[in-house]
Parts: sequence; structure tokens; C-alpha cells
Amino acid sequence: MVGIVIISHSSKVAEGACEIALQMAPEVAIAACGGNKEGGIGTDPDKITAGIENVFSEEGVIVLADLGSAVMSAELILDSLAPEMQGKVIIANAPVVEGAVVAAIEASIGNSLAEVLSAAEGVAGMRKVEREG
Amino acid sequence: MSRICDKAKVLQIIREIAKNVIANKDYLTELDTKIGDADHGISMNRGFEAVLAKLPEVEDKCVGTIFKTVGMTLVSTVGGASGPLYGTAFMYAGNQVTGKEALNLEDAIKMINAALDGILKRGKANPGDKTMVDTLHPVVEFLNSVKAEGLEGKDCAEVFKQAEEVARQGMESTKPMMAIKGRASFLKERSIGHLDPGAVSSYLVIKTIAEELQNEV
Repeated sequence: MVGIVIISHSSKVAEGACEIALQMAPEVAIAACGGNKEGGIGTDPDKITAGIENVFSEEGVIVLADLGSAVMSAELILDSLAPEMQGKVIIANAPVVEGAVVAAIEASIGNSLAEVLSAAEGVAGMRKVEREG
Repeated sequence: MSRICDKAKVLQIIREIAKNVIANKDYLTELDTKIGDADHGISMNRGFEAVLAKLPEVEDKCVGTIFKTVGMTLVSTVGGASGPLYGTAFMYAGNQVTGKEALNLEDAIKMINAALDGILKRGKANPGDKTMVDTLHPVVEFLNSVKAEGLEGKDCAEVFKQAEEVARQGMESTKPMMAIKGRASFLKERSIGHLDPGAVSSYLVIKTIAEELQNEV
């Protein structure tokens, strides 16, 4: 089953997104990697690396990241992954909360890394609010 | 023959870079408060305090390992965008001088080229986006033009004194720019009229190197 890593500058956002996703798909391995080492707003590459390692399986891992520096931290880590993990950990161009929920559902039904990625990235195009005019 | 910078001097330069960044913590934070998330000074301070603590462990290693350790320490402790950016810069620079126990001008130019390559790869900013690239890109162009003239007889200290001025102008050029990258880009036009914090901190790095090379100690 594809694993999920949620990176946010806020530990609360990462944990919260993780909780919401697990409610839909309790069997999926999801790592919440939010906040800096002091628990404040920021990112912690060591936490992210540990998260990826914790949820990694042969089916691969989808990473969700909130803002630019979270993406940069993730990319840096992806560059230095062990050879057997290279190419199997992908950052989704998707919003964190909705992306995590969609990814968890797709992963829970046994879809491939490519299918989970595509679904998560499709979230950005979904309209949440119908407005007249 | 360009001067050789021995390991003791290299370590001194790194320490002074750390101290200058730490000393400017409030100024960098103030700049980042205007057009960012108000943590550049705090984050860089955290990273460079960790670097100062880590340096004694690698003083006997080659210069390449020292720079790579600085880079990895910054990645691990800074906590913001500057971590991956400065961290990659120092790591790429270190890769250019694996096994070396001293540096000459040619090494320094290779290292700064590699540092910028790392920053561009990691952050994907272009010149004009209002980032640290606007300080460092002109410095790399200047150093490469010096190298093209031939390094024989060039004085390290004099070259870096000129590089500092290039860096200063690069930093100042960010003031009227509208941010295209980073947290400041969310502010759009409101980012105009303020110096970019990353452009300032990277100017401080070049300035420190220039000052230390002028100190014959």
C-alpha cells in the first residue's frame, strides 16, 4: 500500500491533516511531519526523513507539502534517499489537507503510486464552492 | 602566485561568517518581518549557532568535509527555506575541495560557483526574482571574469574586496524588485521598496570573507 508523508510548517496542521485522512482510511501508513525541531513554525528535514522511512514500502510514498520551503526540504531529502527508495517517493503538487484525504483513499484501495499521485494532484482543480455569477 | 588560505584561516572565516550572521539576527529578522515570515534572523542564528558548536568536531578533517558538515548542520537546524538553500550551497562548495587542506583563489572561485549552482538547483530562482541569487549571481559572474583574465599574480584579498562591492550592489538591487519567489512573493507589489533578507544575509557572507582575507593573521 502506498504510504503518505504530510509536511507542514505547523505540527498541528500536519497532525490534523493526518487525523482527517486516517478517518477515511485507517489502514494507510501516514507520517505527520510538521513544525521545526523546537515544535515551532518551520520544517525539520530530519523529521521528514524519518517519516519517509517509517511509511516506506515497495509500493512507494506520496509526499504532501504546504509552502515552498517544505517542498525544498522534501526535494533535498529525495535527492539523498537510499538507492532502493529512489524514484519511489514523489512530492505531489497538491494542497495538504484535501491532497492527504484523496491520497489516503486511493492508497487504501491498493492503487499504484502513479494513480495515487494523479488523484492527489487532481484535487487542485476541484471546485469546493459553487457561486452564482 | 595567489595566496594560499590554510585550514586555520578557513575555519576562522567560517567562524566569522557565523558570528556576523548571529550578530545581525535582529536586523535580518526585521527585514523578514516586512516581507516574509519574520524568521530569517532567528532561523539563521539557530543554524549558525549549531555550526559554531559543530566545528570543533571536524577541525581535523579536510576542508571539503568541513564545508559539507556546515551545510548538513544548516539543513538540519535552520528550519526555514534558508536551511535547504544555504545548506546545499555549503555542501556543493565542500564537494569541490574534497581532500584539500588549504585553499587558493581558484578553489574559492570553484566553490562559490558550486554554491550558486546548489542554490539555483534547490530554489529555482532566477536573477531578478528578489532573492539571495541577486547578490550571488553577480559575484559569480565577476569571479569568473577574473578567472578568465588569468589568476597568476592575482591577490585573493583584492579580488574579494571587489567581489564584496559587487555583492553589495546586488543586494541593493533587490530593493525595488517585486518578489517572485519565497514567502515575499505572496505580498506582490507590497514587497517593493524593501531589501530581500536572503540577499542581505548572503552579502554578509561575502563581506565577511573579504574582511577576513584583508586581515593578515
